[in-house]
This record gives sequence, structure tokens and C-alpha cells, in this order.
Amino acid sequence: MTRAGWIRLLVIVAMIGALELACRLNFIDHRVMIPPSQMATALITMLASGQLNDDIVRTLGVIAIAVALSVVFGFALGLIIHALPRLRAALDPFFATYYAVPVFIFYPVMIAIFGLSLVPIVLMGVATAIVAMIIATLNGLDRIPRVLTKVARVHRMGRLATALQLQLPAAAPYLFTGVKLSVSYAFIAVIAAEFILAPAGLGRDIANAYADFNNRRMYALMLLVLLIATVVNAGLHAWDLRWAKRRGARPS
Amino acid sequence: MTAMRRAIDTTIIVIAVVLIWQGLARWVGDTALPGPAPTFSYMTHFVPSARFAENAAATATAFALALLLAYGLGLAIGVWMGAQRLSGEVGEPILITLYSLPKITLYPVILLIFGLTLSGKVVFGAIHGILPVALLTMAAIRNIPLVYLKSARTLRLSPWQAIWNVLLPATIPEVLAGLRIGFTVTLLGVLLAEMFASKDGLGFLIINAMTLLQTKEMITIAVVLFSFAAVANAILLWIEHRLHRRV
Repeated sequence: MTRAGWIRLLVIVAMIGALELACRLNFIDHRVMIPPSQMATALITMLASGQLNDDIVRTLGVIAIAVALSVVFGFALGLIIHALPRLRAALDPFFATYYAVPVFIFYPVMIAIFGLSLVPIVLMGVATAIVAMIIATLNGLDRIPRVLTKVARVHRMGRLATALQLQLPAAAPYLFTGVKLSVSYAFIAVIAAEFILAPAGLGRDIANAYADFNNRRMYALMLLVLLIATVVNAGLHAWDLRWAKRRGARPS
Repeated sequence: MTAMRRAIDTTIIVIAVVLIWQGLARWVGDTALPGPAPTFSYMTHFVPSARFAENAAATATAFALALLLAYGLGLAIGVWMGAQRLSGEVGEPILITLYSLPKITLYPVILLIFGLTLSGKVVFGAIHGILPVALLTMAAIRNIPLVYLKSARTLRLSPWQAIWNVLLPATIPEVLAGLRIGFTVTLLGVLLAEMFASKDGLGFLIINAMTLLQTKEMITIAVVLFSFAAVANAILLWIEHRLHRRV
């Protein structure tokens, strides 16, 4: 590990230690926050008892469905839009604005239309994630080197063979960035939707525990959600760096 | 001519969206989703009303304060981490990790600390905004070409002259991009806070309208917020492009 890496670890450990100490010495009221060690033990007990299994499966399942839909349809739409330059030019201002507007504000509208079920949550996940995938697809297709098309012609490759053997691998690193963003965005949207209003799920669990003044449960669940998000994002980030190396960029 | 054609194409898409909205409204029924015409007629007398003005003012106050806090702290952290190489290397991955977390899970903690107050909304909004501002400011400072700093030294500029004539112009476009993204996510943070638990504000009003099944009001608020964010973003983007051209 690098020197900066060690210092980072030290800083994080020191911060958690300071929080633990502040809670133990009652600088922070136990009604506001419980010590991190108690969060961890509460989480371990809850995980061991199996009471969280349903909600974990439900929330991660919803995220997986939203990501799958976003990646498949985002890629397909990206291909179509790329093939129609005029449509693309017209859509450009919308893509530039999309992540600047609070799309999430339409969640209540979705509930009004589809009722309080999984559908509005999945749709919110897709609505936040799919545009990142479309943009990444366009980006990837733009950067396929011209020379590959010539190579295909020299080798008399068919349209399908060209797409699968040359174009797809060339665009793949950019597509993966789209997948990474889709996962990250869908995660945030699904948890937020559950948090605001949902029949069940990890986000709902946290909100319920807050409403019941059940701090042990609330902090344990928060720790769980933040841990899952961190591990998933870190994993995708590491993978993305490997792709980036393949497309010749310097790892930053 | 091409600009003209693009404008026409964009207008066609806007019309298409309105038509889809109309079709969807017809399909699911007027109570679940009112069509564009009834929504806009409702908008004309709801937006000038006192109830809308009060809640819009509450959101605007929280948003303005949150933005101030996010910009102040974000710039300070960004400048520090950009200027000091080691603290940047230590801090960057931490900030990136925090940036991609679902921060809504932390809102109960803020509620436990601040209660249902303006400060709670402000802090929650600011938490969202600080990270992109800090990250992009840091990147802007790190990306200053070394030759700029050398020429400043060769010309024997005083530290203030160097900051004003070299460092500021070199970093401003990228910093502004950070401020633009910070604007967006801070607004989202404030609205999320209001949607989850609040006594006033547009986010509160939209959830309130949902429980009362006031779909027209719900969509009106969503459209107003949508338009506000879109226009603000367009203005900030325009400034950014102008600055980029100048550099």
C-alpha cells in the first residue's frame, strides 16, 4: 500500500475511534447516536437471526431488475440514437439537462399511477440509471476507431461479425462505465424511493426504525446499506480501472 | 440554418413528450394522471396562490443557505486538497466513496441532531453539494499546467498577482462545472429532506398532495421544479462554455 493509502486508513480509523469515544463519554447523547461498535454488534446479531434476509433480497433484487432493464434498453436506445444523427442532435439538450433536474420529484406521480408496489420503485431506478447507459453507449460508439471498419472491409467480414468481433470490444470499456454508473444511480434511487414511501425494503426499514425511535436497529441498518454500497462501488471502480488500462488510458 | 433546424427538432421532441403525456393520461385515467391541458390550467391559478408562494419561499431559503454552505466548504476543501498534494491523495478516494453513497440513509441522523428545523434541511442539502464542488475544485487546481506557475515566477508576480492573473483564470471553468453540479445535487438534497420529513416546502407539498390524491397539484409542483432546475442549469452551462472559449 502507498503512503497515502496508509494515512487514509489511519484517518478513517481515527475518525471511527473518535466517534466511538465521543459516544462512550456521552459527548454525543445515546438518543442521537450509538457507538460504532454497538452498531456493528447489532448488525451482526440481526444478520445472524435472519430477520433481514427478506428485505435484503427484496431491495437488491429491485436494484438488479432496474439495472438489467437500464443496461439492456439503454444500450438498445443508444444504438438507435447513434444511427440517427438528426434525432441525436435534437436530443442533445435533453441529455445535457437530464441529470440536472430532480427526476426523483416524479416518484409520487409514479405512485399515483401504478399504486404502492414494486413498479414505481423499479421505474425510478430505471429513470435515474438508463440515461447514463444511453450516454455511455453513444460515447463508446463514437470512439470506435475508423481503422476497424476498414479492417473489417479488408477481411470481408459481414455486418454481424464486424459488430461482434470488432466494434463491441472496442466500445466495451465505455459501455462498462455506463454499467457502473447505472448500478450506482439505481442503488441511490431505489433506496431513496423506499425511504420516502414503499411497502418494504431496506430503505423502508431504516425509515420505520427511525419512526419507532429504535436507534440500534436504525444504525445497524444504515451501516449495512452503506457497507453494501461501498463494497459494490469499490468493486465496480476497480474493474473500471482495469478496463481503462485496456483502452490505453493512464490509471489515475 | 442548422441552428434553426435543431431548434425545430427540439421543439418536435417537446411536442412528442406532451403527446405521450396526453396518451398516458387517457390510458390510466384522469384521477391517476391528469392530462397536460387540465394541469396547465390548474397551474395558472395554483402558482400565483399564497400557499404555493409560502412553500416555495421555504424551499428557496433552505436551498440558498445550503448552497452557500456547500460552496463555502466545498471550495475550501477543494483548494486545500488541490494545493496540498498529500492531503489530496489521502482524501480523494474518501470523497469519491461518499459521493456515490445513498446519502438519504443519513437523513434520520440529521433529524435526530437538528429536529424538524430549517438547519436540518440546510445541512442535508449541503452534504450533497460539498462533494462535487470539492472534487472538481481539487481537480482544477491539480490540472494547472506547470508552465503557468513557472511563467508567473519568471515574471516575478507577487502571490496576489499570480492568483488573480494566472491561477484564477486557469481554474475557473472547471470550478464552475463543480459549482453547477453542486447546484443540482444540493437542490435534490433539500427536496429529498422535505419529502421525507418537513413542515413546509415544495417537497413537503408534493408528498402532501400525494396522500390527498391531488394529482394535478403534484404534477404542477414537479413541472415547476423541473423547469427551474433546467433553466438554472442552462444558464450555468452557457456561462461555463463562454469561459471555456475565453481560456
